[in-house]
Amino acid sequence: MRMKLAATAAIALTALPLAASADSEVNIYSYRQAYLLEPLLNAFEKETGIKSNVVFAKQGLAERLEREGRNSPADVVMTVDISRLNELVERDLVQGVDNDVLEKNIPESLRHPEGKWIGLTTRARLIYTSKERVEEGEITTYEQLADDKWDNRICTRSGKHPYNIALISSMIAHHGEAETETWLNGVKDNLARKPQGGDRDQIKAISEGVCDVAIGNSYYYGNMLQDENQRAAAEAVRLVFPNADGRGTHINISGISLTKSAPNRDNAIKLMEFLSSPEAQGIYATANTEYPANPNVKPTGLVAEWGEIHPDSLSLQKIAEYRNAAVKLVDRVDFDGE
Amino acid sequence: MSEAATSVNPGLIPPLLAKRASRRWLFSAILTTAIVALPVLSVIFLAFFPEENIWPHLMDTTLPRYLVTTLKLMTGVGAITLVIGLSTAWAVTMCEFPGRKFFEWAMLLPFAVPAYVIAYVYTSLLDYAGPVQGILRDWFGWANAADYWFPEIRSLEGATLMLGLVLYPYVYLLARAAFLDQSPSLFAVSRSLGHSALSTFFKVVLPIARPAVAVGLSLVLMETLNDFGTVDFFAVQTLTAGLFDTWMNLGNLGGAAQIATTMLIFVVILVTLERYSRRRQQQFAARDNRDPIRRFTMSFPRQMICVAVCAVPVVFGFVIPGVTLGVYAWEYFDESWNPVFVRNTLNSLFLSGTAALTTLLIGVTLAYSRRLHNTRGMKVLMRLSSLGYAMPGAVLAVGVIVPLAGFDNWLDSLMRDYFGVSTGLILSGSAFAIVFAYTVRFLAVSAGSVESALQKITPSMDMASRSLGNSPGKTLVKVHLPMLRGTLITAALVVFVDCMKELPATLILRPFNFETLATYVYQFASDERLYHSALPALIIVLAGIVPIILMSRSISNTRSMA
Repeated sequence: MRMKLAATAAIALTALPLAASADSEVNIYSYRQAYLLEPLLNAFEKETGIKSNVVFAKQGLAERLEREGRNSPADVVMTVDISRLNELVERDLVQGVDNDVLEKNIPESLRHPEGKWIGLTTRARLIYTSKERVEEGEITTYEQLADDKWDNRICTRSGKHPYNIALISSMIAHHGEAETETWLNGVKDNLARKPQGGDRDQIKAISEGVCDVAIGNSYYYGNMLQDENQRAAAEAVRLVFPNADGRGTHINISGISLTKSAPNRDNAIKLMEFLSSPEAQGIYATANTEYPANPNVKPTGLVAEWGEIHPDSLSLQKIAEYRNAAVKLVDRVDFDGE
Repeated sequence: MSEAATSVNPGLIPPLLAKRASRRWLFSAILTTAIVALPVLSVIFLAFFPEENIWPHLMDTTLPRYLVTTLKLMTGVGAITLVIGLSTAWAVTMCEFPGRKFFEWAMLLPFAVPAYVIAYVYTSLLDYAGPVQGILRDWFGWANAADYWFPEIRSLEGATLMLGLVLYPYVYLLARAAFLDQSPSLFAVSRSLGHSALSTFFKVVLPIARPAVAVGLSLVLMETLNDFGTVDFFAVQTLTAGLFDTWMNLGNLGGAAQIATTMLIFVVILVTLERYSRRRQQQFAARDNRDPIRRFTMSFPRQMICVAVCAVPVVFGFVIPGVTLGVYAWEYFDESWNPVFVRNTLNSLFLSGTAALTTLLIGVTLAYSRRLHNTRGMKVLMRLSSLGYAMPGAVLAVGVIVPLAGFDNWLDSLMRDYFGVSTGLILSGSAFAIVFAYTVRFLAVSAGSVESALQKITPSMDMASRSLGNSPGKTLVKVHLPMLRGTLITAALVVFVDCMKELPATLILRPFNFETLATYVYQFASDERLYHSALPALIIVLAGIVPIILMSRSISNTRSMA
């Protein structure tokens, strides 16, 4: 008896925080840390009066969405990489959005054909080099990372990280699996240390003299320049936009999808429209130094200084397709091994 | 950890059956076990339906590496915890030296530090930009990393050391209890037969203490197997890391569940070994507690060695991380002390508190049912209900979501069909899911300690109470619970602290805008912003100290009471 009572009480108590589905809200499952979204969501609330609720997790959100089914409270999922967007589509967890504002703001190449995901920013995967120890123009392509001359001079984060997986997928799309395996083996042999940390750590490693060349996204460099504690490290590094003279630099997107069950559908679409608007796109560009997906928003400050980017024309869909092949390749090469 | 002492004693307690009344206990035990075992069963179920058969790929590539790394990590952590745990337990029990009383409980302090927190702290101290390397560069005039060699903390060795430093108290705790329990005359006999103190330690003391040490060690190894925060941060590829990889990168939950099941097998082997080594426990039971322990008196240098042996693990496992966090928390206090921090603290306290009470309640139900029905079936039920302890938190989270969301959606459809109202995700979408996960994960701790404490109460108590007309329930409330008070408090506290530290399951299961101290620490510290999370990390550590002091007292008391 006593136990039953206690159990009922426990359920009643713990169920309380759930009852949050008021009219002027939108619920977000985010793979990006909540504090990074804050400026955007605050601006959104100011403009529309719609409050945003966020759950951030590095993994498990698609799983959670699937299990919750039609009762899921989530309206949108925000991701930082094309493969995760693609995963949502493949698992049939999201719905298409047919919306004039989005179609006007975001170019076709950065949208799912049926609007099942919308790209919000693009980010280029670059090569960082040491200003001190590497000449300008000494390395200009991803392919050269496998050259013997870089023996013991390269740093990177885990090969399994979505950003590196997407890069490897694009290599497979261009060169085929066998050739990419040889290349990846070459890169592994050139590593100065076991893959670890994030992209910022690679910039730090160059400034600390651990290595001379590293792979990383554009905006990490930008963010470090804007942080006075990290500026010195970033200043030791030069940005290389690989393959600019050839097929183009590998890019990835961060994006947003409308869930199938979205209980606050209208608010969610308002949020999507807002995030594609010049105002929000401007925040993305200045606060996080990413490339706006909206072509009407010109990059400002740092991003503008880096100049025009020549992106790889490979479709994002292709990159997502080769994802599993890339993951398995990293396993075979034991890229992250000692 | 207290599950440790579940010495099984078939036949000692006659079945205290009074048919109807106790049948209710049996029923509730079966029901709770069924509910608690659900997540584990769902994971095993998932393992049969992988999206794609991933085994050939895993066997060809990563699985052997994961296995080898995991074994290396377990061996290393096992060795470190054995050396530290045994030497310090021996020193504080058998040797007289300045500060001995203090070290008796201080040795347990590293327990309070979650492994991921100690990993963050040492990385911030030892990496290139940290104070240690900075000072070295200043002293020797080195310009950059190319000029000198410095051990890499983010490595298998680093992870081994970190885990060893916070897990050795398991071995210490159980070894010390065993040493205290041994009859001093055994030691005296061995010495009089010409053995040195050292050879007596290895030939007499250790073999007798072996079952207890094996329990401690198996707990250490289970925790090692389960660790996610540290291996994730240090990029060490263990089975847990591989499981995450299969799930996240290959999007193959079924494959991940298969690895989880593999890990479960590991755990079953560990538990079996541990039980096997305790199998002959009874033969050592003839103990004589009346002889007080006569501690060695030693020369001053030797005393200093004892002090050093005890001080080193405490300094590295507790003082340095504690002070570092304290300094960071102090410097960033104004930033850290804000409404969000207060709310997260309350969330943590609420969740951990609820989970501690629930596990206690269920633990008592199970253990008492076991007392009433001392059958093989009950024994199996107890084991089943403890399985959650062996599940990595993240896997458990998936195992929790599956049945809860299933139930929610079923109830929702039912309500929609009949009443036209939607009940939504009342269980899986709320904090209930987290409390449930904690309960499943840590039930073994409370059920185990209650079970072993109950066994120490003689059955004649039950008989007396029952023959006076009390029902089994009344007997429990009036006779057993008052006698178990100490055990209950300790068990609840241990569960409470474990819940405060729990990370992966909380991350996956938490509702909107809901953070606990642990998830908050993780979010910032894994992003190399330890400063911002020092205060919440410190709170987790401080909360962990309370049960340590209580536990330590209860052990000393057993000896002084004798």
